[in-house]
Amino acid sequence: MTPFSYHKPASVSEAISLADPGSRFIAGGTNLVDLMKENVVRPERLIDISGLGLNGIHATANAGVLIGALVSNADLAWHPMIQQLYPLLSEAILAGASPQLRNMASTGGNLLQRTRCYYFYDTGTPCNKREPGSGCPARDGLNRIHAILGASAACVATHPSDMCVALAALEAVVHVQGPSGERQIPFADFHRLPEDTPERDNQLAVDELVTGIELPPPLFEHHYRYLKIRDRASYAFALVSVAAALRFDGEVIQQARLALGGVAHKPWRVPDVERMLIGQVPCEALFTQAAQMLLQGAQPLSHNGFKVTLAQRASVRALSEAALGAAGRGARP
Amino acid sequence: MSATAPVGAEEHRIGLTINGQPRSLLVLPWTTLLDLLREQLDLIGTKKGCDHGQCGACTVLRDGKRINACLTLAVMCEGAHLVTIEGLASDGELHPLQRAFIRHDAFQCGYCTPGQICSAVGLANEGHANTPQAIREQMSGNLCRCGAYSNIVAAVEEALPSMNDRPQAPQGGTTP
Repeated sequence: MTPFSYHKPASVSEAISLADPGSRFIAGGTNLVDLMKENVVRPERLIDISGLGLNGIHATANAGVLIGALVSNADLAWHPMIQQLYPLLSEAILAGASPQLRNMASTGGNLLQRTRCYYFYDTGTPCNKREPGSGCPARDGLNRIHAILGASAACVATHPSDMCVALAALEAVVHVQGPSGERQIPFADFHRLPEDTPERDNQLAVDELVTGIELPPPLFEHHYRYLKIRDRASYAFALVSVAAALRFDGEVIQQARLALGGVAHKPWRVPDVERMLIGQVPCEALFTQAAQMLLQGAQPLSHNGFKVTLAQRASVRALSEAALGAAGRGARP
Repeated sequence: MSATAPVGAEEHRIGLTINGQPRSLLVLPWTTLLDLLREQLDLIGTKKGCDHGQCGACTVLRDGKRINACLTLAVMCEGAHLVTIEGLASDGELHPLQRAFIRHDAFQCGYCTPGQICSAVGLANEGHANTPQAIREQMSGNLCRCGAYSNIVAAVEEALPSMNDRPQAPQGGTTP
């Protein structure tokens, strides 16, 4: 790591006042410290936000839940209220990283982790995300793990988070504080597609801090599935993942959510697919149609064509298992 | 960036407890907990494997929870209670997991073993693993290049019930 200075503010406003393009906020540090060791990120100043007290998980007045940005991934996944009311979120978090990393990593930091594209990590190669304008070797290089949806000429990176795929499906809201006050960003708008500015992963300004994540009232306590497909059975990033959530009125689907991970620069949702499912009775043909709609417009690269078929099949399976219900498939938690 | 440290990049004093002993230490901002333990404190039981949070050889317990020391900045450990492999035995008696690892021959070269054992202590503290399948999943943050996995799972499975009798004190070790 190249030398940097360390600051530990006592309040959110102090933290924000210290932020500038040469600084980085640090919480769990699991991704940032690694990127600093690789010289991908070289901040002049680290602003340690771990003392800001954003550690609570509280019920909100409108029957939702507000998760403090500093709650660890493990504490969030195993929290009784989350396990009971938002089990899709628990299942997604526990599918990611290792127990050690989940003990360290924060909720806010999970949203802000960077892509695991090999070229982004390798400072010996060009990368438009790391050095804007330098080029994208992944587009014609080793791109087995890369995007099949929403990519651009400049960048084919994917967002690596499991938690975020569930948060997208649950329509979470990101609470952010900046110099001019607070704002709330719907999850679908928080991360962005690469377009011609892939250096920007999300909508945050340099001096804005994620303070919490709000979950709307629970809808999917019983019919949910986070299905993650990866190269080994545990502790690997997703090649493809699916967050599927259904709510029934009798046998008829009343609410549906379907989000893909590992395929784009952000969790991938297509609202038309979810609308199409509403009012229908679950069957394989219906879910196959949904999966085909979800993957519409997919543009695989030279080494990741398999992801289109994989994502479709994983979507059908996740929806089928969600329809079966947690009890029916013997799910944990 | 130039080789000169930016303004404010000086040493910071931190107070923390390591294996039951209160310590007051000066650390540079970029010193990891792993390097602090091994290079400054000569606690070399904690191993440096990948140094990128991928292998688990550096696993230690912070306030009873297992973490990767290689991705932890020492300067952020103010007030922490740390336990390393050196702090698990007490009163000259090995920790039940240490005994179980020996009994089951749960290692070959032994390099990953301190991390495996600290990770298993963390797993026991968490209390979520009660089947061999769950132990495998929840030990996945610790790699073993020799492939001693089946014996590691057997050792952890055997030690878990006896650990329920022990106090799960996050500080661990002996207090001075």
